[in-house]
Formats: sequence, C-alpha cells, structure tokens
Amino acid sequence: MPFIPHTDDDTREMLEAIGAKSIDELFDEIPPELKIDSLDGIPEAMSEMEITRLMRDRAARDGAAQCFIGAGAYEHHIPQAVWDIATRGEYYSAYTPYQAEASQGTLQTIYEYQSMITELTGLDVSNASLYDGASGLAEAALMAVRSNRKAKSRDVLLAPGVNPTYCKVATAIAGSQGLAFDYLPMDAATGNLDFGALDDSAEPVAVVIQQPTFLGTLEDVDRLTDWAHARGAFVIAVANPTSLAVLKAPGHWGEQGADIACGDGQPLGVPLSSGGPYFGYMTCKQQHVRQMPGRIIGRTTDLEGKPGFTLTLQAREQHIRRSKATSNICTNQGLMVTAATIYMSLLGSDGLAAVARQSASNTAKLVAGLTSIDGVERLFGGPAFHEVALKFDRPVAPVLEALAARGILGGYDLGVDFPDLGDALLVCATETKTGADIDAYVEAMREIFSAASA
Amino acid sequence: MSELPGDLQYTSDHEWLRREDDGSVTIGITDHAQAALGDLVYVELPEVNQEVEAGSDMAVVESVKAASDVYAPIGGTVVAVNDALSDDPEAINNDPYGDGWIVRLEPSGDEGELLSPDAYQALLDDIES
Repeated sequence: MPFIPHTDDDTREMLEAIGAKSIDELFDEIPPELKIDSLDGIPEAMSEMEITRLMRDRAARDGAAQCFIGAGAYEHHIPQAVWDIATRGEYYSAYTPYQAEASQGTLQTIYEYQSMITELTGLDVSNASLYDGASGLAEAALMAVRSNRKAKSRDVLLAPGVNPTYCKVATAIAGSQGLAFDYLPMDAATGNLDFGALDDSAEPVAVVIQQPTFLGTLEDVDRLTDWAHARGAFVIAVANPTSLAVLKAPGHWGEQGADIACGDGQPLGVPLSSGGPYFGYMTCKQQHVRQMPGRIIGRTTDLEGKPGFTLTLQAREQHIRRSKATSNICTNQGLMVTAATIYMSLLGSDGLAAVARQSASNTAKLVAGLTSIDGVERLFGGPAFHEVALKFDRPVAPVLEALAARGILGGYDLGVDFPDLGDALLVCATETKTGADIDAYVEAMREIFSAASA
Repeated sequence: MSELPGDLQYTSDHEWLRREDDGSVTIGITDHAQAALGDLVYVELPEVNQEVEAGSDMAVVESVKAASDVYAPIGGTVVAVNDALSDDPEAINNDPYGDGWIVRLEPSGDEGELLSPDAYQALLDDIES
C-alpha cells in the first residue's frame, strides 16, 4: 500500500467540507499559553548533506577508545552474521507484524525469541519485547498492580542494586498512576540489601530485585524473594540476560520464583551505538499472562493441520480493549529482537555461558591489576559478575579525563548516583578485551596515580 | 431469538440478576450478550469481599473476538464468585442463566437502573430491528 500524503488541494477540500478556514483553526480550543513557537535547544533544520557531515564529524570525535564502561549497557562481540541477516529486506522493520498470512517468517522469529528468553529467565511466557529495560520495569510494576489484586498499596520497593536510571524512568512513567518507587536500605559493607533493616510491616505490591546489582555485586535473591512473597508482594526480577547463562534464573529464585522478569536485551547482539536503540524483554508466570503488556506470538495449526504462527491473547491490547488495555505498547523494537534471536541462535547456551565466564574473568583480571595500585581498592567484598565498584583515594572525574586522553573510557563515575559511596568508579571488562588491553588500562591508571601523587 | 427468563431483572448493559431467598443477588450476562460475544475464553472475576457500586465494572468476559466489562447492576459486597468459570468460561455460552452465573452480591441498597423482562425484550427488539 503506497503512502500518499494529502496534497494542498486535498487539504483545502477537506477544510471546505467541514467549514474550517485553516488547519490552525482546528486547534483553536488549545489556549495560546499552552502553545509554543519554538523548542529551546533544537537547532534549525539542516540539509541532508550538512547533517551527514555533522554526524561524520561527531563519529570521528568518538575515536576508537577502549571501553571499560558497563552500568547497564555492555560491549560484546557481535558475530558478523547477526546484522547481515537482521538487515535483510525481509526482516528490516521495527514492527511486530499482525498479518499471519503475510508474515510467517517474522512471526516465527519472534516465537523463537520468546522461547529462548523464557528458557533464560526460567519463566513460562514472554512478550515480543518492549522499548528498553527501564521502561520494561515501569511496565512490570504496572502489571504487578493489575495482577496482584490482593495487595492494598501501590508501593513498589526496590532492592538497593536496582539501576537508578530504571527507578527514574519507572517513576516518570508510572508515578502519575499512583505508583511510588522506594529503595530498600543498602548494607555499606556489601553493597547489597541490609536485611537487618527490613521493615517486616511493609505491604508493597511488588519488590524489584536486580541481579547482578547495578554495583556489580550478587544479591541474596532467594532470601529477598521469599521475604517479598511472605508480604504478599510480587517479585519483579531485573536481570542482565548474558548473566543468566551462568546465574540462577529468576523463575527459580526462592521457594516460588520471581513472578515477572524484565531487563535490557542490549547485551544480546545489539551494539552500544551511543545509547540506543536497544530493546526490553519481559517474561512472567503463566497465571499472569493476561495482564502482560505487549504482543505475544503463539504457535498454532492452520486449517490443513500445518504448524503456523500468529498473534495471540490480543484481547489485552489497545485495538480491542481500548482505554483498558494493559499497555499502549504494540509496535516496538522488532529489529533488535530479530538481531538478538540470531545472536542467541549462533552462540547457543554454551556460547552465551562462555561470553559470561570470559567477561567475569576479564573483569577479575582488571580489578586485580587496578587494586595493585596504591589508592585503588575494591569498594565491596563478596562475589561479582562482570562489573566491580572501586574506591579511589582521590576524585574520580580527573582520573577519567586523564584516561580518556589516552584513549581509554575507564568506567562509570558512581558519584553521580551514589554520592554516599564517596570517590567510586564502576569498571567492566567484557570478553572483547584482551590481556594486552587490560594491561594497558592498568598501566595507564598506574601512571596517572603516580604522576598526580608525585 | 434469545432466551429470556421471566423471573429475572435485567440491565441495558445485558446483565441479568436474580434475587435469592437469602437476600443475596446472583448476577450474570444474558443469552443475547453471550451470543454477541461468541465463544468465551476467559473470565476475570472480582475478589470476594470487594465492594462494588451500581454501574461500576466488576468483571471482564473475553471471547476470541472481544473483551467486555461486566458492570454491577446494583451496589453491594461480593459474597461469592463462580470460580468454575476459570477452567470453563464456556459455561456462560452453554448456560448463561444457570452454571454461567458470575458473581453473587450482598446488596448495599445502592439500586441501579433495572429493567423488567418485558422492558429488556423491548430493548432487544430495538437492537435487532
């Protein structure tokens, strides 16, 4: 179907038919003080040639720095085949197709994606994806409110290791619907939840547990899951999918398992690309599926008895349920999901576990090297996955600047979100880093520390 | 032509209600409503002890082609829900005035606008003409 915009004649005819003088007149009822003529900080339009030049210059400024930053988005090796296949014309769309008669290939791809994500998270059903991990948490919290009908409150409690950006985004999306997001207390020695400070009289609708935590540590997810269920709360797991190749799946946390799992799918074959596009995943127990947002692809048989794929449980969605739909999500990050499906298929469970182990091992090597420097130590004891918080004897920002001047993006400055932790840096070395890369980072840091203290 | 028992009251939203001897009120959707929805696949029930006002939505019936709210014809407290519908939502299709009942309320006195069988029949005649 071609897309043909209205011509000036079409527009004039339509305005005449309804007796309006201009398009602006149709918006007369909006008070003038609510209208704006220009957007602050948005530059004038540029030609295609100018914008290409600008973007090329900006890309060149990124240079070819070695990236040791994690904090929610992770650089992993992406096999060449992933995007070669994902960008074929047949797949090249952001849409979740709804026409079963025309889209069997894409529908099956999403079905396979759902199967893999449910296996990784140990839960029963998956949707076809959400925008990203942070909005995924907002959707999961809203879903918990709909599904946990015994709960009296709309309070969502967050383990201290939940990504602070996720909390901000969830509050922005769900706060106006009466949901409150509050952090549980952190044990300063471990970086994890302070179980001793838990309030047993709390009646939250849901408890969110991130594993591994934002600070790279491993939370006692079984104990916290059981505590939440004993309070009548749902458990929402936030997990890095790569880590699930080696860590316990959320569906098996505690005695009953998490009710909903969500997170960012970016580590599964999606490049960092200056922050997006990424995609969010979401899975849940079977009994909550009718409250799940987004599209779900099901396997069925056609009239001739052959297997086929189609959208299912659509009565949750806005084209049927209107204002009472579970969410306004319908089309989302289909292309990223296609890439993730190909990535997971190429790696297999053994390959994904190898990525997870190599990343954890590289980070351990990096941390061993960095903590051999006077003035750098680990912030928390205990096990970590592929990210570790370090404590400095000096401000972090100048050190990161000096590293950047040497082509190294040294990590994430925790002072922004966790001022109480003092001068602290979160570092991550995935499987993309060689022994030489790690040595080069450690040597650069050693020089910066000795130059400054000399 | 849909079935319309004479001993029930009705609403313009196609719910029926039956006054029980113990003072409670049983509520379901009419034969016309189940036929219009088609094969039901899911029923979302309220919680027992939940209080509802006349005209508020208290349940959802979902068919292969639509999902529809069930409104409380009168106000009251939910004293029982038909749990059997979780496994067998088609009971509403097969026996809308019997096994397909949805909710039982203890009335609060908050009476909504109810129709006699004749008035409801007139409404259906209007829709079908």
